[in-house]
Amino acid sequence: MSSLSGRTAVAGIGATEFSKKSGRSELRLAAEAVFAALDDAGLSPADVDGMVTYTQDANQEIAVAREVGIGDLSFFSRVHYGGGAACGTVLHAAMAVATGVARTVVCYRAFNERSGRRFGQPDARLGGEPSSQGLEMSWHVPYGLMTPAAWVAMFARRYMHAYGATSEDFGRVAVAMRRHAATNPAAWFHGRPIMLEEHQASRWIVEPLHLLDCCQESDGAVALVVTSAERARDLRRSPAVIRAAAQGSGAGQMMMTSYYRDDMTGLPEMGVVGRRLWEQSGLGPSDVQAAILYDHFTPFVLTQLEELGFCGRGEARDYVADGGIEIDGRLPVNPHGGQLGEAYIHGMNGIAEAVRQIRGTSVNQVRDVRNVLVTAGTGVPTSGLVLSGG
Amino acid sequence: MTLITDPTLHDRLTALAERQAAAGEVRGLAAADPVNVPMIRHWADAMGDANPVYTDAEAAAASVHGGIVAPPAMIQVWTMPGVNRRARQGPTPVDDVLAMLDGNGYTGVVATNCEQTYHRYLRPGDRPVPATRFTGLTGPKRTALGEGYFVTWNVTWYCDDEPVAEMLFRVLKFRPRTDRAGSGAQDGRTDSGTGEASAGPRPPYPLRPAVNEDTAFFWEGAAQGELRIQKCADCGQLRHPPGPMCPSCRSAARTHVVASGLGEVYSYVVHHHPPVPGRQAPFVVAVVELPEGVRIVGNVVDCPPSEVGIGMPLRVTYRQMDDELVLPMWIPREP
Repeated sequence: MSSLSGRTAVAGIGATEFSKKSGRSELRLAAEAVFAALDDAGLSPADVDGMVTYTQDANQEIAVAREVGIGDLSFFSRVHYGGGAACGTVLHAAMAVATGVARTVVCYRAFNERSGRRFGQPDARLGGEPSSQGLEMSWHVPYGLMTPAAWVAMFARRYMHAYGATSEDFGRVAVAMRRHAATNPAAWFHGRPIMLEEHQASRWIVEPLHLLDCCQESDGAVALVVTSAERARDLRRSPAVIRAAAQGSGAGQMMMTSYYRDDMTGLPEMGVVGRRLWEQSGLGPSDVQAAILYDHFTPFVLTQLEELGFCGRGEARDYVADGGIEIDGRLPVNPHGGQLGEAYIHGMNGIAEAVRQIRGTSVNQVRDVRNVLVTAGTGVPTSGLVLSGG
Repeated sequence: MTLITDPTLHDRLTALAERQAAAGEVRGLAAADPVNVPMIRHWADAMGDANPVYTDAEAAAASVHGGIVAPPAMIQVWTMPGVNRRARQGPTPVDDVLAMLDGNGYTGVVATNCEQTYHRYLRPGDRPVPATRFTGLTGPKRTALGEGYFVTWNVTWYCDDEPVAEMLFRVLKFRPRTDRAGSGAQDGRTDSGTGEASAGPRPPYPLRPAVNEDTAFFWEGAAQGELRIQKCADCGQLRHPPGPMCPSCRSAARTHVVASGLGEVYSYVVHHHPPVPGRQAPFVVAVVELPEGVRIVGNVVDCPPSEVGIGMPLRVTYRQMDDELVLPMWIPREP
């Protein structure tokens, strides 16, 4: 695995605007983001020979290739498990490039998640099919436990019980994300920071989660261009070198409902990812100047800080106190505002922010950034990256 | 749950059922009023059926019927006894069976089947006569409602000697479970009628589990009032949720144990938003830890959400969600 470290880089990033109603097809959003990423890299569609997206993406690789004018493809791949796929798309692309299977791979995620199919709405069909996933869901859906907020809330309640964390501790994550989004013109919540009191006063979605513990629902698309680090150095933008990339799943893993493992207060799959990332990169928590932590719901930001080694078990509430994860804190987390503040593009917009931080071009630039950690969907089999300058 | 079977009662019931079946078709009283337009109009109005062939003489005359006809689904209406049942109800071979069940504690009733066949439309002036055959008694069966017998009969309606419609009707007569008291308000469903005839089949509950050969035993158990936990037939390990292979010893030989029905809250949520089909918010979903050593997810009912807490002692109960699905749920208990 160490052979992957440093051999590839993200050479281009692109996105559409982030909205609640794009007014365009998901395929068009995908094509627009891919064009933007290729332009950013200074490459043309003819240079692309590989494509990776999420299993959940509604736009097939060949459809996007047709719209963009991409010709022969020698590599195409999908990554499973919802938002857990985000950094996994980059891992797959990096492996393809490092092994010579492809030279230039585009990763993309495009959806109308607010104006089209909303992941937060109950879908009675979830438990309908006797596939392994349908059967897994069937232990929960009949009881009305069928929304992402509810699945996460079950972990959050146990976490609070075990470590004495409170709703206000979760609220501090939301406050930090909204503070960052407030100064990011691309963010839906640009210019709209919140106070902890507003978080506390927001209505219950699923106790113990308030509305402001939940990320947005967004329409939009993000694309990334992955190529060799060597080639990336000759392209338009300074490369974000893929110092480490990993996927992770744990024992007894389920999709969002791993309630049957010994402990319900951690995210063992993120522990797997973290250990691989540190080992592959030769770095540790003190070596990253910013982190992009998947924030579909606030409680799992705390859990990730613990699983990734930024603090001990149960200590994240102290870590996030007093602006600890804000832009001028001990570890700036999600300077773009995350999915709570910028947009919910299934984690792909976070990878783009990590690239900007490495380039030094973010609107909320952290000083002296050399390495950035990125994570993907939590509560599901997931993935992560360490990006570095160079 | 204990199976309360009185062997003498079962024998007596069986003998009575045989006699009643042998009695064949028993004619009842003719409809109190002939098929008539005012009654049709009220029924069509109540049901929201605007088809003009039922009420509009001119439109009906121009239709294939050539005149007003009665909605076929009204067939039972014409010969219903009315509020004062004794005055207008002829004897049927079913009555004695139902009475014997009532008299022996099987006071609950829920309609489980109603299948009608229509041979022709009824017209104003027709005066149908029902004739009832007793056609089946099966049981005792263990159901989530309680132990009971399924009773089946068939009715044929005649106009003069012409059969115009037929119906198969089946009810479950059951001993109401004593631990099922309380409203179903928590889960948005009510317990099945205890003592009163059900108005008809329940609407299907929308949140159905997928079931396959690895999980069917659990749902069949729930329908019989048993909380079943998969057990490896070789190494004995308990496992929930179940699966085809024992992860400890690779055995595919499976059996199950019936759990004690006790548990406690390991974690829980109170769902408020968005609305969930088939459910009334707020409702509680918990991860329940069983003394048998496994965890299971279920609703905590008959308890205000604000009183639920981690560690709360629970006892299993069962809720009939529709005609097919029974879900195990949890209610508070004393420690």
